[in-house]
Amino acid sequence: MAARKAFDELWGQGSGETPRPGFEQLGEWLKNTPVTELARRQAMAEAAFRSLGITFSVYGDEQAGERIIPFDIVPRMFTAAEWDKLSLGLEQRVRALNAFVADVYGPRHILKDKVVPEDVILGNPQFCIPANAIVPPHGIYTHICGIDIVRTGADDFFVLEDNARTPSGVSYMLENREAMLRLCPELFAQLAVQPIDTYPDLLRDMLYSVAPRGSQEPTCVLLTPGHYNSAFYEHSFLADSMGIELVEGRDLEVADDIVYMRTIEGRVRVDVIYRRIDDAFLDPLVFNPDSGLGVPGLMSAYRAGNVTIVNAPGTGIADDKAVYSFMPEIVRYYMGTDALLPNVETFRCREPQALRYTLENLEKLVVKLVDGSGGYGMLVGPTASRQEIDDFRTALMAEPQRYIAQPTLALSTVPTLAEKGITPRHVDFRPFILSGADRVTIVPGGLTRVALAEGSLVVNSSQGGGTKDSLIIAAPELQPTEEQHALPYSR
Amino acid sequence: MLSRTAANLYWIGRYMERAEFTTRLIEATLRLSSLSYGIDAANATWESALAVVGRGPAPGDTAQPGATAFNVCKALALDLDNPNSIRSCLSRARDNARSARNALSSEVWEAINRAWLDVGDRTSPGGIQNTLSLIDTLKANSRGFEGALARMLRHEGFWFMRLGSAIERGDNSARLLDVKYYLLLPKEQKVGGVLDRDQWTAILQTVSARNAYRLFYHDTLKPWLVADLLIFKSELPRSIAGASTEVVDLLAEIGGRTGRQGEADRLARLRHSRLTETNIGEVFRSGLHEFLRDYIEENAALDTAISHQFRFP
Repeated sequence: MAARKAFDELWGQGSGETPRPGFEQLGEWLKNTPVTELARRQAMAEAAFRSLGITFSVYGDEQAGERIIPFDIVPRMFTAAEWDKLSLGLEQRVRALNAFVADVYGPRHILKDKVVPEDVILGNPQFCIPANAIVPPHGIYTHICGIDIVRTGADDFFVLEDNARTPSGVSYMLENREAMLRLCPELFAQLAVQPIDTYPDLLRDMLYSVAPRGSQEPTCVLLTPGHYNSAFYEHSFLADSMGIELVEGRDLEVADDIVYMRTIEGRVRVDVIYRRIDDAFLDPLVFNPDSGLGVPGLMSAYRAGNVTIVNAPGTGIADDKAVYSFMPEIVRYYMGTDALLPNVETFRCREPQALRYTLENLEKLVVKLVDGSGGYGMLVGPTASRQEIDDFRTALMAEPQRYIAQPTLALSTVPTLAEKGITPRHVDFRPFILSGADRVTIVPGGLTRVALAEGSLVVNSSQGGGTKDSLIIAAPELQPTEEQHALPYSR
Repeated sequence: MLSRTAANLYWIGRYMERAEFTTRLIEATLRLSSLSYGIDAANATWESALAVVGRGPAPGDTAQPGATAFNVCKALALDLDNPNSIRSCLSRARDNARSARNALSSEVWEAINRAWLDVGDRTSPGGIQNTLSLIDTLKANSRGFEGALARMLRHEGFWFMRLGSAIERGDNSARLLDVKYYLLLPKEQKVGGVLDRDQWTAILQTVSARNAYRLFYHDTLKPWLVADLLIFKSELPRSIAGASTEVVDLLAEIGGRTGRQGEADRLARLRHSRLTETNIGEVFRSGLHEFLRDYIEENAALDTAISHQFRFP
């Protein structure tokens, strides 16, 4: 990997003396707050997360039990202009994703026009046959999308991944902000940070808006696999802040294609299910018959149009990594213009030329399983051992169609509190985009994940990454003026 | 409210109550054993503490070796292979609370989580001093839970937790009395002797009723008066009558809100009216042990009826 210094969100390519334009106040705050003070506040935040039980579990790691995700006290920031640019690109991308999924489970124009090869879709393990030819209420598939963005320079944003199934992390976005407001109020007094605490209301409005037509007062529920799931805290947090029931599969039953929940007063009809379980577990009659997590008959109720499932079954096709590589073409096909947010350059190993290039440059590339997630099943060439590279080479040659490769990017850094003081650490960014029946909304914020080890590019929480608050500064015309503060007390 | 959530809450009430009762039992036994003369007598008190929670020798069995303060405190407080140890109870209460977190106020959740964290992965109670300080922490956490509960919204969730704790409380008090009557008193001791008096004091302490006794009876400690207090004085929250009245009221409250009344209400009212129609003299005449056993069985039947009535999974 090039030894060139990565772009820093606060200092740019500078030496750590002069902040980038718009970041002066944040720079001052960081310089003026002693490291010991930052460390003290960070410890307070982590103690609070522990006592609130803001935890996640790591699969396959029984010993670890519940962990808190490390929280870093130094926030990352976007100027109003940066955010505007990003949100336009995000909205465009999500609209394209929705149009794409509707198309592949419907008329399949994009395949007939040979923009995306048929076998990439129809031969894809993520192509959900039971979802085929079902039009979900209001035609929305990926109601909640978490798009992972990386940055390499002042104007260089790239989409790393479209999480179009059941993206997680939004509770950390909200809790991180709560912690920052308590621990660093002086920072918020100086910066006009846009609020994000409207997210649960926006989410609720979105869920209501996509209820099957005719439901006056729709009943929405959040379906969780249960409290042993790694993201259970988030499930419970979201249901709670929206004021809807948090249900497990065994709380629901289907009769005559209508979904009900079992309550102490009897059955109550359910209109919208925000599910946080994968397609494969939704309905044992259609998918995995051995799973007790889902609801027998759910798909039949869905097919009958009696219930909305959020996100719709089958959206996994949109965040498959093989499909990802076609996103520039997909956006152009449905939106009529080029993608405002480009992809990271991606080599599809199913194509002989790309495979040859990948095999020749393994130590420079990141190689991923198309159906992997959470940092599993991937090779980070520059930091991999010879053995790991050889293993991946063998696997690649055996089943090239299962892999994609990308160059290792010099991901941007953000000042982060480490043992030795404030040092740059690589970050990515996951904003959450909501698609309702009549509009797309993006709360001004997102989850910034940070690789806590020096030089590391791996930000996944399951791999030891941490999180930061992400501050979006209000546009000048939205910022409060002095007069608005001047409300004198009467005596 | 989801039936599963109602079940979770009910069991939070039961487990938190059981944890607190066991804490108080250990505390009172510590006091009693330090007052007991000789190692055998001290060990007998620890054995009786095990008997209260159903893990001691059956009536008439000879004492098993090893019922020492350390072993029993460990078994009652910390052993995970004892499903009713304080640590097991807190862990199960927390599991239920995690699952039903949305029905809890954040203060109640934090109180349960705090109680669980404070026991943590401790496996040894340590010496007497350490055990006492563990007891203090546990008691403070119970009070923290009760305090948080008191501030909760009065809705079904609150009533179900209270219902669980009332059912559990009645059961615990009945067990305590029953064991005292058959096991605590060594054969050669006279009813009303010095050791006997200390043991009754320990019981009163377990149910935090030492001063209540004086208030009601203006008398020295008399076993039948202690039994009267623990069975019939509904002013005492841990009395059998107190718990039974509370169960009737709570079921009526839930029924009023959900329109769901049935077998559980019937059983609870029946039990309540039987208690008001009898007195301690009659109980002793027909056998205290039989009375208490019947009560414990009836309580279990009531628990089953509650599960059916609210469709607990």
